Amino acid sequence: MHRISCPFCGARDEIEFHYRGDATVLRPAPGAEAEVFYDYVYTRDNPMGWHIEWWHHVSGCRQWIKVLRNTATHEIKAVSKAQDKIEKPR
Amino acid sequence: MTQPMRLSSGGRVDRTRRIEFRFDGQSFEGHPGDTLASALLANGVRLMGRSFKYHRPRGALTAGPEEPSALVELRLGARREPNTRATVAELFDGLEAKSQNRFPSLEFDIAAINSRLSRFLPAGFYYKTFMWPAAFWEKVYEPLIRRAAGLGRAAAEPDPDEYESMHAHCDVLVVGSGAAGLAAARAAAASGARVILAEQDFELGGGLLLDPAREAWRTEMVLTLAAMSDVKLLPRMTVVGFYEHNVLGAVERVGDHLAEPPPYKVRQRFWTIRAKQVVLATGATERLIAFPGNDKPGVMLASAAETYVRRFGVAPGSRAAFFVNNDWAYYAAFALKQAGIDVAAIVDVRAETAKAVAAHHLGIPLSLGCEIVDVQGGKSVRGVTVRKRDGSGVSSLECDLLCVSGGHDPAVHLASHTRAPLIWSRELAAFLPGKPVQAERSAGAARGVFGIAAAARDGAEAGAAAAEATGFKSAAGFALPAPDDAHHTSLEPFWEVRGPGMNGGKSFVDLQNDVTSADIRLAHQEGYEHVEHAKRYTTHTMATDQGKTGGIVGVAVLAAARGDSIEKVGLPTYRPYVTPVTWGAVAGREVGKHLVPTRRTPMHQWHLRRGGVFLETGLWLRPLYYTTTGETGWEPILREARAVRRAVGICDVSTLGKIDVQGPDAAVFLDRLYTNTFSTLPVGKARYGLMLREDGMVFDDGTTSRLGEQHYLMTTTTAKAAEVLEHMEYHAQVAWPELDAQFSTVTDQWVQMSVAGPRARDTLLNCVAGLDLSNSAFPFMAIGAGEVDGCPVRVFRVSFSGELAYEIATPAGYGERVWRAIIEAGAAFGILPYGLEALSLLRVEKGHVAGPELNGQTTARDLGMEKMLKKQGDYIGRVLAERPGLTDSRRPRLVGIRAVDPSFEKRLRGGAHLVASRDSIDSLGWVTSVTRSVELENWIGLAMLKRGPDDKGKRLYAAYPLKNETVEVEITSPHHIDPENARVRA
Repeated sequence: MHRISCPFCGARDEIEFHYRGDATVLRPAPGAEAEVFYDYVYTRDNPMGWHIEWWHHVSGCRQWIKVLRNTATHEIKAVSKAQDKIEKPR
Repeated sequence: MTQPMRLSSGGRVDRTRRIEFRFDGQSFEGHPGDTLASALLANGVRLMGRSFKYHRPRGALTAGPEEPSALVELRLGARREPNTRATVAELFDGLEAKSQNRFPSLEFDIAAINSRLSRFLPAGFYYKTFMWPAAFWEKVYEPLIRRAAGLGRAAAEPDPDEYESMHAHCDVLVVGSGAAGLAAARAAAASGARVILAEQDFELGGGLLLDPAREAWRTEMVLTLAAMSDVKLLPRMTVVGFYEHNVLGAVERVGDHLAEPPPYKVRQRFWTIRAKQVVLATGATERLIAFPGNDKPGVMLASAAETYVRRFGVAPGSRAAFFVNNDWAYYAAFALKQAGIDVAAIVDVRAETAKAVAAHHLGIPLSLGCEIVDVQGGKSVRGVTVRKRDGSGVSSLECDLLCVSGGHDPAVHLASHTRAPLIWSRELAAFLPGKPVQAERSAGAARGVFGIAAAARDGAEAGAAAAEATGFKSAAGFALPAPDDAHHTSLEPFWEVRGPGMNGGKSFVDLQNDVTSADIRLAHQEGYEHVEHAKRYTTHTMATDQGKTGGIVGVAVLAAARGDSIEKVGLPTYRPYVTPVTWGAVAGREVGKHLVPTRRTPMHQWHLRRGGVFLETGLWLRPLYYTTTGETGWEPILREARAVRRAVGICDVSTLGKIDVQGPDAAVFLDRLYTNTFSTLPVGKARYGLMLREDGMVFDDGTTSRLGEQHYLMTTTTAKAAEVLEHMEYHAQVAWPELDAQFSTVTDQWVQMSVAGPRARDTLLNCVAGLDLSNSAFPFMAIGAGEVDGCPVRVFRVSFSGELAYEIATPAGYGERVWRAIIEAGAAFGILPYGLEALSLLRVEKGHVAGPELNGQTTARDLGMEKMLKKQGDYIGRVLAERPGLTDSRRPRLVGIRAVDPSFEKRLRGGAHLVASRDSIDSLGWVTSVTRSVELENWIGLAMLKRGPDDKGKRLYAAYPLKNETVEVEITSPHHIDPENARVRA
C-alpha cells in the first residue's frame, strides 16, 4: 500500500486517495482543435519510471495534489499542491 | 502403548499433560507443545496425505511452515479448514484432522493409479490433452479436471468465527525470533526505538529451541524484551507480505490453537504494519535433493528430523540414513544418535568432510563420495540403495527414515517482495538478499550468517543500525551467546542423482504440485527455457508452499538442461503471501454490511411507520412505495401515482445531491460546468442544467437555483452526487484556478420534498407563510423563501412528475416537522406520500430522462436536448461532443413507446430490443425504462431508437428473448403526457 504525503494533511494511506493519471496533461485552451481535446481526454503515455500524476485526497482535505511516483518501484519522490511545479528527475 | 515413537526424555513438550486428538477418525494422544505432525509421528503415523496429481502417499518432509506435503483438513463442519500444514498446526484437545485427496481411504487410494499412468500425464498435459474435440471441454474435461484437482474441501457453511484487522506503526519491525531476531529486537529497543517482533511459531526462539544449552540466554532475552514497554512481542504471527513504502502485512493466529475462539475473541487478526525500518531475521530453509523416491513417507529433511527429536522429543524413525552434501547436516545426525536413534549411515556426496572424526566417535558409518539412487517401501521407507558416484559399488541399506540435506536457502521471500535483487553465493550455493530497495536489512541465516553465536551478533548489529537509521542512538550492549564451532561449513552443490543404472522412478523437485526433474527437462525440451515459462508450464513452485524446499532444485535442473549457471537462470519471482492466508483474515470485520453507512433521510421513521417499503440506492434507503393494507404488485404504485395526477402527492427527494456554490466567479464556473448558461439566470429563479463529460457524453443533470448574485444551489442526481463533486473540485483546483468560486456539498444539511399534483398550490397555501405562491408572483421555475410551521423553508417551483409541483427544502433537523405540516395541509385534498416507483412512473409518462437514459453512452442530441448546448463560450465536453461519431444522425435517439395492446397483460421490459418484425433479430434500438401508465392505461416506456423521432407513429416489436416475449409497440414522443408543458405552468 502506498503512503502518500499530502501537502495539506501529512502521510496518509493510498486508500484515502483517488487516482486520476498524468498531471502534466492540462485542459487545452477553449479554442483548441478537436484533436488537441482528443489527446487531452484519451492520449496518455504509459511510462515505466517517473510519472507526475494527480491524486485526489478524497477522504481527506479533498485537494487534488501532484505526486512524482516511479511506476516501476512505487517510490514517491515529491508531492505538491495542484498549482505547484514538480520536475521529473532526468 | 500410546505414543510408541515418543522419546523417553528431551524436547519442549509438556509430558505431564495429555491431549486427545483424532486423525481420520482414529484417536491419538499428544502433549501440549506438539504440532499435529509431531504428535502423529509420536504415534508412529507417518502417512499423512496423498499428493496432488499422482495421489502418492506422503508424510511430513519438514517440521515448519515450509511444509509441502503434510496437508490436512482441520476441524469439522463450518470450521473445516483445508490444506492446513500439520507441521505448524498446534495440537489442542479435541482436534479433528482428516487426510486429503484420497478415496476411499488414505491407505488405499484409487486415484493413485495416476502414478502408473504418469507417462500420459506429463508436464503441460492439460494443454495437450484437453484440446479436442472442443465440445468436450465443457461437458467432459472441465468437470473431470475440477473433480481431480485441488486438495482439501472448504467448509460450505458460513464461518462462525470473527476476524479483525489491526494497524500498527513502529520504528523497527523484526521478523523472526531466532538468535538474530531476538538480538536485533533487543538492540533496537535498548536505543529507545519502538519495536515489534513477529514470530510465526507459537514459541519465540527459532533455532534456539533446539538446544537446551541456549535456553538460559533465550529465556533472558524473551523476558527482558517482554518487560520493555516499547516492545511488542507477537508469536503466532506470520509476516506474509512486504509491500511498497515499508508497509507489511501479517497474520496473527489468535485462536487457531484452540478448538474454537473464546467468546468475543477473534480467530485471526490481519496486521498492516507501517515500519520505519525492518530487520528480516527469517532464517533459512533446508532444501531437498532430487532422487527417485525422495517423496516417500519417511523421507525427511535433516533439520526436520533434528527438530522432531530435540524440540518435540519424538523419534521420526528407528533407524536413519542420511543423504547430504554439507557438514551442517551432520549435527542432525549427531542429535539423532545422541537421542538413541540408530544411524545406519551418512551418505555424503562429497569425498571428504570435516565432521568425519566426530561421526566416527559417535559410531556413525560414513559413505563418502556416494549417492542414493532408490528408496524402498511404499507407504513408508524400508531401505535405500546406495552407490558410489561413479555408479559402482551398489549396495542396499535398511532404514525406516531417510534424512536429506541439499544445503540451506536463506528465507529471502520478504526481501524479494521489495524487489531487492537476489545475489548468488558460490560458497553457500544459494541466493542471498542483495542491496535493499526499501528501508530493510536482513540478519543472521536470512543473509547466510549461520550458527547461533554468529547470527546473534549479526542480529544485534542489524537492530542497532535499524534503530540508528530511525534517529535513535545505540545504547549499551547486552550479553551475546557464547561462541561455538557451529557455522555453515563446506558444501558441495548437488541437486539431483542422475546417470545410468537408475530405475526410472520419480525424482521430485516440487512435492506439493508433483513436479519431477523430468518434467523440468521436458519443459526445456519443448522450448520453455525461461525460468518463468518453465515454472508455468510445469507448475513448479506454484503450489501454496511456493517451492520453499525444492524451488532452487528445479532451477538447478533447468540450468543444467540449458547449460547455464543457476545464477543466470535465476529464481522465479516470489510474491505475497509467503504462506497461505485465510479469506477470513483478509476480510476481517468487513463482512456483511460491516461499517458501510446506511444513509437515511430525516423522514425515515415516518416512512417506516407509514408502511414504507425501502430500496437501497447506493448507501441511501429510499421508500419504494407505502403499503399498510397488504396491497401487492402495482396496486400501491398506481394508487400513489394517481394521487399525484389527480390531486396531490408528496415525495422525499432529500437524496438528491445538493452543492452550494458561492463567489464572484460562481456564475462563470457554472457556465463552464453546464452546457447551458447560468450567468444569465436571474436571482430568484431555477433552471434545468445539463452537464457533459469532457468526452462529450452526458454526465448528469439537475436544477440549479440562483439564491443571490454570487450564490447558487446546484442539485445532482442521487447516484452521481459524489462524482459530480469530485469533477467540480478537479476543474476548480486544476483547470481553472483563476476562478474565485467556492463550493461545498450540503446534501445532508438540507431535506427536500416534492409536492406535486393539481392541488399542490392549494396544499402549500395552507401551510407556507411569508411567500406569495400565486401563479403570477411565483411562476414555474421561481424560487423563494418562507416558513412552514415556524420552520424556515426554501421553495422551488420545479417539476419532475410533469404536474404543478414544488420542491420544499428545510434544514435537515426540521425535516419531519415540515413534512407532517404539509401532509396535514394537503389532507383535505387527499394528499398521499409517493415512493420511488411512482416517481419513476410519473417521470416516464412525462418523458424525463434518468439513470437508464443517462448511462454514459448518450449525448445531448441522443436525448433530444441539443438545444441545451450553448453556442457561445466554453464548457466541459463542448469540443468533443461535436465529433462526427457523436453527431451522426443514425445514432439511436430517445423516443417514447406504447404497447399497442391496451390490456396490461403483455408487459414491456427494460432491456428489450426493438425490431421491425416478430422474427427479426436486427436490433434497431433498445428499451431503457418502462412502466404501467396511470394516464394512458397502458404499458409505456422510453427507448433509444435508430432514426428515433423520425419514426414516430411507426409500429415495432419489443423483443425480450430471455423470457421469449415479443410485444408490439408504437413509437411516440417521449412526452407521453402534456407535451406542451401546460400543467407545470398551471
